[in-house]
Amino acid sequence: MTTDGRVLPGLLDTEAIRKDFPALDRLVHDGRKLVYLDNAATSQKPRQVLDTLNSFYERSNANVHRGVHVLAEEATALYEGARDKVAAFINAPSRDEVIFTKNASESLNLVANMLGWADEPYRVDRDTEIVITEMEHHSNIVPWQLLSQRTGATLKWFGLTDDGRLDLSDIEQVITEKTKIVSFVLVSNILGTVNPVEAIVRRAQDVGALVLIDASQAAPHMVLDVQALGADFVAFTGHKMVGPTGIGVLWGRQELLEDLPPFLGGGEMIETVSMHSSTYAPAPHKFEAGTPPIAQAIGLGAAVDYLSAIGMDKIAAHEHALTEYALERLLQVPDLRIIGPTTAQDRAAAISFVLGDIHPHDVGQVLDEQGIAVRVGHHCARPVCLRYGIPATTRASFYLYSTPAEVDALAEGLEQVRNFFG
Amino acid sequence: MYQDVILDHYKHPHGRGLRDGQAEVHHVNPTCGDEITLRVRLDGTVIGDVSYEGQGCSISQASASVLNDLLVGKDVAQAQQIQETFLELMQSRGRIEPDEDMEEVLEDAVAFAGVSKYPARVKCALLSWMAWKDATAKALSGTTPEETA
Repeated sequence: MTTDGRVLPGLLDTEAIRKDFPALDRLVHDGRKLVYLDNAATSQKPRQVLDTLNSFYERSNANVHRGVHVLAEEATALYEGARDKVAAFINAPSRDEVIFTKNASESLNLVANMLGWADEPYRVDRDTEIVITEMEHHSNIVPWQLLSQRTGATLKWFGLTDDGRLDLSDIEQVITEKTKIVSFVLVSNILGTVNPVEAIVRRAQDVGALVLIDASQAAPHMVLDVQALGADFVAFTGHKMVGPTGIGVLWGRQELLEDLPPFLGGGEMIETVSMHSSTYAPAPHKFEAGTPPIAQAIGLGAAVDYLSAIGMDKIAAHEHALTEYALERLLQVPDLRIIGPTTAQDRAAAISFVLGDIHPHDVGQVLDEQGIAVRVGHHCARPVCLRYGIPATTRASFYLYSTPAEVDALAEGLEQVRNFFG
Repeated sequence: MYQDVILDHYKHPHGRGLRDGQAEVHHVNPTCGDEITLRVRLDGTVIGDVSYEGQGCSISQASASVLNDLLVGKDVAQAQQIQETFLELMQSRGRIEPDEDMEEVLEDAVAFAGVSKYPARVKCALLSWMAWKDATAKALSGTTPEETA
């Protein structure tokens, strides 16, 4: 319930859900209740995921795809079972299109490197163009800068509108016949903007460019259907979606994964090896050199089960209602300026703001003293801060266990920040 | 952490603004976007002026103000000693309780002792001090300052 007694539509039963997350029960700073609003950085983990990790290490721990003994077979079945779960979660046409990586950054780097090494028609070289956007996380900027420096390809990007949306007014000049790859974020980690996939994918397909979507902030919060997106690659990470750290995913269309060269060389990714040359295993193993993050992948499988049991559409509805309420409450705080869309339309539950001329570090510190955990800084998206002429922002980000009472705590906490530095 | 002394320096910074100097440096704290441009003017072996401009949190801004108070007018060797004492305090992870000797050296800067307990904020407090160290080394080595438009 809100402070004025309204019941927000579509809220989940957070009282029940929060019982699954031991960390949410923690007290901080001499007995203050933790208000965890840093979910865009990483989510907390439910008991179901923690138990799965423990049970794997306690009972089934072995390397995968190698042994013939009981534990090795159990570990392999659990690891490959996690791939099935993730494939179903993102509606992948084939489980062989799901590559486990260590995080979304590795997934993005994997594609950038493959395209630099690939043969025609995928090869990024001197006469070609790479397109990104100004709202990318550094992990979807720097790999492309590196690729552009190595190959001589031109890096281009979409700018932003004043209200935190992509400016696609010049889409035909940005994405051209020379474009080989368009890589963009589905949900901005700093602005909260949900980007219009269809318009970008359509233009990219018209000119024959590949599309990579960074879904790191989307996979935890909404239905992610890679077939509906129409992209060629989709990257995301496990730890933001109630899974463990150290596990990421790259989904790619099968024929591309067959055509493209491997990324890292090593065990597991080969078919035969001689001292002169090697042939490679089919995807996904071609892209999973070395012992993979086994427990982490299995943990991600448990995370996907947990989220699916609640329902991604219900989680999205819960967060939409909370976002609407949070925007309303925050906009009532004097001197507070939202950086990003100010309505919940096409917007996710990460809300960045500045509070007068109080530096975000100071905002975050005084909130922390009240037990409220937010992120401060440039959120690995410094070009966005430059675009809006600010050094940094404070970001509150919500998840399936967040409550209206936590929104209230934030709004009241910000009043205290104002009094302190006012 | 937010001692009154720190808030006072933050709200009413001493010596802010860029003035003449023999060396200028620009330092940033990449984790939070704090930035400082700092100039040092040496009059012989004496710190004639430390002028600065920048943006950042209360800790980084107050720290630059305290630095200006403490170091201007001091001999370079003495100023370097003060800098080292401040560095030691800030890297103490809250384990150093400033005694009278330290208070005599650091004056208002002892107020930052509490900041040393917060690893994420130590860099904020040290930003201007590292910039000063860098600029002073440049000024001593006779590097000419960059032309400013």
